[in-house]
Amino acid sequence: MNAPGTVKERNFINADYGIKSWLLTLDHKRIAILYLLSTTFFFVVGGAAAVLFRLELLTPASDLLQADTYNKMFTIHGVAMVFFFLIPTIPAVLGNFLIPLMIGARDLAMPRLNLASWYVFNLGGLLALMGIAGGGVDTGWTFYTPYSTTYANSQVILTALGAFVSGFASIMTGLNFIVTIHTMRAPGLKWFRLPLFVWAHYATSLIIVLGTPVVSITIVLVALERLFHIGIFDPALGGDPVLFQHLFWFYSHPAVYIMILPAMGVVSELITCFARKRIFGYKFIVASSMGIAILGFLVWGHHMFVSSQSIYAGLVFSVLTMLVAVPSAIKMLNWTATLYRGSISYQTPMLYAFGFLGLFTIGGMTGIFLGNLGLDLHLHDTYFVVAHFHYVMVGGMVMAYLGGLHFWWPKITGRLYPEGWAKLSAIIIFVGFNFTFLPQFVLGYMGMPRRYASYPDEFQMLNIFSTAGASILGFGYLFPMIYLTWSLFRGKKAGPNPFDAKGLEWTVPSPPPTFNFTETPVVTEEAYDYPI
Amino acid sequence: MSSDLHGLVAHQFDDMEQQREAATIGMWAFLITEVMLFGGMFMCYTVYRTLYPEAFQAGSHHLNIILGTLNTALLIGSSLTMALAVHAAQNGHRKQVERLIVATILLGSLFLAVKAFEYTGKWQENLIPGPNFAPAEPIPHLQIFYALYFVLTGTHAFHMVIGIGVMVVMLVMNRGGKFSKDYYAPVEMAGLYWHFVDIVWIFLFPLLYLLGRH
Repeated sequence: MNAPGTVKERNFINADYGIKSWLLTLDHKRIAILYLLSTTFFFVVGGAAAVLFRLELLTPASDLLQADTYNKMFTIHGVAMVFFFLIPTIPAVLGNFLIPLMIGARDLAMPRLNLASWYVFNLGGLLALMGIAGGGVDTGWTFYTPYSTTYANSQVILTALGAFVSGFASIMTGLNFIVTIHTMRAPGLKWFRLPLFVWAHYATSLIIVLGTPVVSITIVLVALERLFHIGIFDPALGGDPVLFQHLFWFYSHPAVYIMILPAMGVVSELITCFARKRIFGYKFIVASSMGIAILGFLVWGHHMFVSSQSIYAGLVFSVLTMLVAVPSAIKMLNWTATLYRGSISYQTPMLYAFGFLGLFTIGGMTGIFLGNLGLDLHLHDTYFVVAHFHYVMVGGMVMAYLGGLHFWWPKITGRLYPEGWAKLSAIIIFVGFNFTFLPQFVLGYMGMPRRYASYPDEFQMLNIFSTAGASILGFGYLFPMIYLTWSLFRGKKAGPNPFDAKGLEWTVPSPPPTFNFTETPVVTEEAYDYPI
Repeated sequence: MSSDLHGLVAHQFDDMEQQREAATIGMWAFLITEVMLFGGMFMCYTVYRTLYPEAFQAGSHHLNIILGTLNTALLIGSSLTMALAVHAAQNGHRKQVERLIVATILLGSLFLAVKAFEYTGKWQENLIPGPNFAPAEPIPHLQIFYALYFVLTGTHAFHMVIGIGVMVVMLVMNRGGKFSKDYYAPVEMAGLYWHFVDIVWIFLFPLLYLLGRH
């Protein structure tokens, strides 16, 4: 309670009250919080499905889940996690909240479009959930034809429609970021003074804008094929199912970079803040973000080495895949060089950043294995692939997201999270993650295929490890949900800049007022003006 | 800056110039998403045309070139009236804007009417892809040509319908005196969209009606 006579400071949270003030808000910060709730919900849905199929995989036989149910579970997991968590979360939550603050603007350029995107996103989510509730889907999140169009006896259309609709939310966010970053930077904030988080989101938005429409029309074609059998993807009618794979991966491979680029942006902010050191090679990081955005569009064929794609196309895609590793490696080098002789403090966001560095490196390096034509023949569609992309997605994106969420939590809520609990759960998540997915590399290398409910007995030991790890990981994720909620009410007041970080977002009160800045800031220096 | 102009600048922008720049970049970026959307379909067209050239030639021959040409003329005409409408809006001629947008809507609607007439013909000839597809003379893979024909022209027609909706909104805004010499960005943006939809047709017409015809 305030002492009598003091005026409570106005911020975006207490600016207005009531459910309507949230549901009709145009404030990017409130919309970010709405998105936080939605994406967390889908993370829980996807996680729950994972719990079920990991339990099934404890034993070699298909006993807890029938094969059919198992297929539906991993599809729910994939659809919820990819379309409704990994792709939207960092841009729509952290990006939405932070980009206007970081560039000294009062809001995004198109606030109504921003709110609309949240509604469209939830509509897409609702359609996908209806698909799940109405019987589920068993095609995997990739909806491969002709299975999805001719043979699958499940709710393909509703679920695919959910992905289709949520794609528009993604496009709206991407457009908004591009326009905002182009037109609304504060005076003096030149392009090469932008925080790397903003650059990463700019690159991400380009991918969203260029890629998403292609998958949208592909989903429409799948729906038409399934409903009317028009022949486009049906080999029996002269259609080419591999064309579907081309169109699908033309978006869905770059989508991997939609997931990881914002995460890299977060890590750039965390490393430089907690090393108290100016980032090493700022322009190289910028260039590598843009490089990833461009090269990312040229490698989709590496998903199709065994899909009857021409061997020469395979060769080219293989080489290009090696090439896309270069910009990621540049970033890795720059982050490591930033740490060198830095004054490092091991607070929770930094622990997550370290987790990212290690796990993403493993994820990236195993990607090189898979990009190799010969090796991929052996590893294709095995647990090696599953482990690889979970190291990139969970080890990369989720680690960075949690790091970023902790880092900016005081800014968003005005409260500090409990450091001890936060560190403990960061360590639990790291340990649980490795326990879950390291064994899967071995399983895949031994030849265990993905997407089966049962497996030969000799794979059981490693599967038990993996399931045990998943339980640890699951608990690890519960902790932040609990203590962050707790901190809303009981956390210490944060003040404007608890981490002594650089950047315009730390110059305003926590939580920021509705229009962010009372006076438009004027930027006179480079980003990351840290002491070392 | 005059005070009534100030009311037209949304809270997040500093001035009219910034707002206009944002709208322009936003619109162009949106049009790029549209290019990619149609691009996916053009990709399918390219693949299947290469695989089944005979079917595509036969299909092109069977489409009604007179109606196709008429529609092309209608759309190019509507682009002209749209361009003039934007010009009139820039000069603050409200009456002219109204007349020109009405003309654009009329030409667009005529296009859709012709398209509907064409679709009906295809329906009567059993050329709608699906289980009831039964062309008079069976040509292998002709169905794929028609599938692409309907997907491409259907998506285009859908964009036309949206475009006409946008024009109606412009009409209402114009009646309400929303536009002036200082503020006409919505007409300009609507114009960009309209021209884009026209340009898509400029690609569709030769690809579907003309290529391979002799």
